[in-house]
Amino acid sequence: MSVLVFAENWDGKFKKLSFELVSYASKVAEMINSSVSVLSIGNVDKSELEKLGKYGAKKITNISNDSLKTLDSQVYTSVIADIAAKENAKIIVLSNNNTGKSIAPRLSVRLKAGIGSGVSKLPVSINPFVVYKKVYSGNAYANVQIKSDIKILTLAQNSFELIETTNNASIENVSLQIDNSSIKTQIRDVQKQTGKILLTDAEIVVSGGRGMKSSDNWKPLEELASLLSGATACSRPVSDEGWRPHDEHTGQTGKIIAPNLYIAIGISGATQHLAGVSSSKYIVAINNDKGAPIFEAAQYGIVGDALKVLPKLVEAVKEIKGK
Amino acid sequence: MKILVCISNVPDTTTKVKFVDNNKKLDVTGIQWIINPWDELSLTRALELKDDAANKIQSVTVAHVGPVSSEPTIRKALAIGADDAIRINSEPKDAYFVAAQLAEIIKIEKFDMVLCGIESSDYNGSNVGSMIAEFLGYPSVSAISGLKIENGQAIINREIDGGKEIVTIPAPFIGIVQKGIAKEPRIAAMRGIMAARTKPVKVVEPANVESLTEMVNFELPKPRTACKFIDPENVKQLVEMLQNEAKVI
Repeated sequence: MSVLVFAENWDGKFKKLSFELVSYASKVAEMINSSVSVLSIGNVDKSELEKLGKYGAKKITNISNDSLKTLDSQVYTSVIADIAAKENAKIIVLSNNNTGKSIAPRLSVRLKAGIGSGVSKLPVSINPFVVYKKVYSGNAYANVQIKSDIKILTLAQNSFELIETTNNASIENVSLQIDNSSIKTQIRDVQKQTGKILLTDAEIVVSGGRGMKSSDNWKPLEELASLLSGATACSRPVSDEGWRPHDEHTGQTGKIIAPNLYIAIGISGATQHLAGVSSSKYIVAINNDKGAPIFEAAQYGIVGDALKVLPKLVEAVKEIKGK
Repeated sequence: MKILVCISNVPDTTTKVKFVDNNKKLDVTGIQWIINPWDELSLTRALELKDDAANKIQSVTVAHVGPVSSEPTIRKALAIGADDAIRINSEPKDAYFVAAQLAEIIKIEKFDMVLCGIESSDYNGSNVGSMIAEFLGYPSVSAISGLKIENGQAIINREIDGGKEIVTIPAPFIGIVQKGIAKEPRIAAMRGIMAARTKPVKVVEPANVESLTEMVNFELPKPRTACKFIDPENVKQLVEMLQNEAKVI
C-alpha cells in the first residue's frame, strides 16, 4: 500500500511545489500507516531525484523516455495508472497546476477514484475520507467525502509547508515501451519567457490596478517586485486596457495565486479579483479610497494615492534591504 | 464540423454565498444564476468560429446537466447564439457523475469538438472536461487560451508555466478552455432573445451512474483580522511591520 506522488519536472529540475507535494504526501501516508512512492517522468538526474527523498519519499520510480517529452494527457494517464497499480497506491497526489488538472480527472475515471481538487490542508478524517477545499472561488469552503477505494488529491500550490526529514529514497529506473501512435498531441511551437519569476511560483507578488493610471507608471512597481525578488501582476481592467500582458491578470478568471505576500497597489478589490488572491498569507493594500473592499481583505493598508505612495515604498524597501 | 459546448449553471460571481440546512445546502434565495464564465467564453469562441464560413461549422450545441430550474441559463446560451440545447434532467451530483452523463450524450450525438470551461465558479474542480475525454477515450487538451481552425484542423494555444505551446490534436477531441480564448463574452441581442424561445431544447433522462464524492457541509471563511492602517507619510513603518511582524520580507 502506498501514497503515490506524480512529481513533474521543469527541464530536469524539480521546484518548490514538487517538494510541497512530497511533504504533503508524507503526512497523508502517516495518517494511513503507509509510505510515499514518487513517480518522476522525464530526464532527471540522480542527485535531483534524491532531493525528493529528503521530504519523505521512500521509493522513486524514474521513467525517462523520449516519447514522454510531450505532455499528452492520455499517455501520461496510462503511465501513472500502471505505476499506481504496481505500487498499490491508495491515494494519488498531483499538483493542482495545469499539468495536474489535465491528468488527475482522467486518472479518476480510469481508476474509478474520487477526486478532491485543489486541497490545501491534510484530510479532515480518514474513515470516512473527508477533504477540505475551497469552493465558490474562495467565498466558502466545503468538506467533501471521497467514497471510492482509491482517492486522488490535487494540492494547491504554496499551501503546504516543506517538511525535511533524514530519509533517503531508493530509486528504480523503469523503461517503458510506448507506442508513438498513441500520442495524439503534437507540438508545433513553444513560446517561453525565461529568466522571469513565474507568478504562480512567486512568494511575493506586487500587483497594480486602475489606480496606476497608465502603463507608463509601472517602472517603480517593477522595481519594487525586483527588490523583493517577487513577480508582478495586475487586475483585470489593467490587462483589458492592454497596460500589462494578460498572463499577469490575477483574479477569478485569470491566475489564482497564493503567495506569502501580495501587495495590491491601486486595486479596489472586486469580488472577482479577491477570488484570485484571497489565499495569500498577507495582503497589503494601497488605495486612495478608504471604503475600497481590498482593505477588508488586507492586513496592512495605506490610504493614499498609489502613484505617490509607491516611490516612497520603493525607497523604504531599498533602505531596509541595504541597497 | 459539429461543436458541443458544455455549460454549467452557477451563482453570479459577485454573490455573497450563504448556506442553509445545517450548512449542507446553498441558500438560493435571491441568487442570480449565470452561465459559468469559462463556459460562456467557450461558447463565444465556438460562435466566432462558426461566423467564419471557411471553418465549415454546421452547428453549435450546448449541453447541461441540471433540473428544469436551470432552463433560463440554457435559454441564455441559445439567446447568445447556440443553435440547440440538450438538458440532462438531473441534479449534478459530482464531477464524475456529470462527466459520465455528458459522455453518454456525446456518444449518441457525435460531435467533432467539445469545449468545456476549465472550472466552474461554484465547486472549482477543473475535472469535468478531462473526465469526459477519458470516458470516451478521446484526446484532450487542457488550459486552452487560443483556438482556431485551419483546413479543418484545430490549432490550439496551450498555457504552460511561463509561456505557451501551439499544439494540434485530431478530432473528435475535448478542449478545456481558460481565459484568453475570447476577448469578451458575447452578449445576447434582442433578436437572439426572441429566437431563443423557439430553439429546440432536448431533455434526456440521466444514465444510471454513481457519484464518487459527496458534499458533507460548507463553511464560510473566517473573517480576516482587521486591517492595520499606516500613515502614508510613514511608509517605512509598513516595511518594518512586514519584516518584523509578518516576517514575509
